[in-house]
Amino acid sequence: MQALTIRNLRKTYASGNEALKGIDLNVEAGDFYALLGPNGAGKTTAIGIITSLINKSAGEVEVFGHSIDSDLEAAKSCIGLVPQEINLNLWDSVYNIVSNQAGYYGIAGKVAHGRVEKYLRSMHLWDRRADIARHLSGGMKRRLMIARALVHEPRLLILDEPTAGVDIEIRRSMWKFLEEINEAGTTIILTTHYLEEAESLCRNIGIIDGGKIIEDAKMSTVLRKLQREVVILSLANSVAVAPQLEGFATKLRGENELEVEKGPDRDLNELFVQLNAKDIKVVSMRNKANRLEELFIGLVEGKQAENSSV
Amino acid sequence: MNIALNLVAVRTIIRKEVSRVLRIWIQTIVPPAITMTLYFIIFGNLIGRRIGSMDGFDYMQYIAPGLIMMSVITNSYGNVVSSFFGAKFTRYVDEMLVSPMSNAAIIIGHVAGGVLRGLLVGSLVTIIALFFTKLEVAHPFIMVTIVLLSSIVFSLAGFINAVFASKFDDISIIPTFVLTPLTYLGGVFYSISMLPEFWQTVSKANPILYMVNAFRYGVLGTSDISVAYAYIILIGFVILLFSACMLLMRKGVGIRE
Repeated sequence: MQALTIRNLRKTYASGNEALKGIDLNVEAGDFYALLGPNGAGKTTAIGIITSLINKSAGEVEVFGHSIDSDLEAAKSCIGLVPQEINLNLWDSVYNIVSNQAGYYGIAGKVAHGRVEKYLRSMHLWDRRADIARHLSGGMKRRLMIARALVHEPRLLILDEPTAGVDIEIRRSMWKFLEEINEAGTTIILTTHYLEEAESLCRNIGIIDGGKIIEDAKMSTVLRKLQREVVILSLANSVAVAPQLEGFATKLRGENELEVEKGPDRDLNELFVQLNAKDIKVVSMRNKANRLEELFIGLVEGKQAENSSV
Repeated sequence: MNIALNLVAVRTIIRKEVSRVLRIWIQTIVPPAITMTLYFIIFGNLIGRRIGSMDGFDYMQYIAPGLIMMSVITNSYGNVVSSFFGAKFTRYVDEMLVSPMSNAAIIIGHVAGGVLRGLLVGSLVTIIALFFTKLEVAHPFIMVTIVLLSSIVFSLAGFINAVFASKFDDISIIPTFVLTPLTYLGGVFYSISMLPEFWQTVSKANPILYMVNAFRYGVLGTSDISVAYAYIILIGFVILLFSACMLLMRKGVGIRE
């Protein structure tokens, strides 16, 4: 079953800015889907239309088969939204913010209280439940928005930059929590600027740029398109000059660090065979940049170059 | 429409609004109480003694219903306009917009919040009035229904103001330049029978005149206008303004891009 179906979605703002130029997108139920794109690509506009915060110019959107045109109430009931901007009532308490959201979805009494406690605890905010939202740190506010979005237990959770400003420890615990609710059946759509977050969490990926979807495939398929990969090797012994390796470009980054660039037709086994032959021992290895980041930049820059040549 | 869901949602908005009014009581309840006490002291006690009676009542008694109604009107309006605009300004209105509650539930919840604040302040002003004069309710049903309908009308008007407002200045323009003059010229402090005929006719175009006089009829049993007209005008305004609110919400004016 499709959690989200978008057909020929268009949005032109009153200013004349054409934010979406007819996008099509399908997200399977149970998926963990990354929607990526540079700033101003149209991600937030698309999310705004799905959640009915922005009026569309044309096209169709269905959430679990419910059209936002003819069955909006049912479509909205399926969605939980964590927006990019902090949009909390900063003068209200943490508890009330989540409890009120439950009320807006028709959940009251003990059920609401139980849900509020469950999600505030899962976001490590239960001890701060009596605090006024404006007294929370930026990361806490983001976690509060996640708890708020989950209180009605939506089938589709849309997270627009949920971990911006969140420290690494909390971010990792949020990832773990999101993986758990995804495994429990919640479909998740994630937009993020932390591409390692998208790579490690998401199974499918859509890349939007200039109001168009330029990539929509499995994460593994997309990553295979990576043309080049740069790895940093920590060496057991220092070397004076970068070794010449057939099929690989090398560069010294210090006496004990070697940067190696490999193309798509080479594998790492070949690299290690050649290094062994030169008696260079490798202690550890890491990617210079996130693989998805490399690919993302390649795709977006490629698209921009294509546009500028037209 | 899921009625049970919407009832819970309306109750949630009302609870939120009441909690807001009580949380900032120093801004919402104390100022009107002080202002009205000053009105009673200055216009009623000091100046009123020199005026004598009006329509058979001493001046303090005569102006009390108008002052109560004035506080109900301004507080109902002020509550909805500041609350809904605040939600818009900091975007937490999105909490409601993404939820499945209907537009009618959003409007009714906020209007109910405005009515409750209006009645709370109105009750407080009534208690203050009783320190200065004696009030015996002549027609309780008329008094209650007129104050409720007036409060609903101005809460709906406040909602429309909030929808169109894009900055904080916009929420004070209507109360300052429209609401206050119409209230002062709406027979709070005088009977329109004291005016020349032309100005009596002009005054009858002011809807607040009907609210103040109908409420005065409910309390004192005297009025410059027909109470039936007041009901027709109030019910007409409720229907008109509620329809306008629904249309604005459906189109997303001021809240959806």
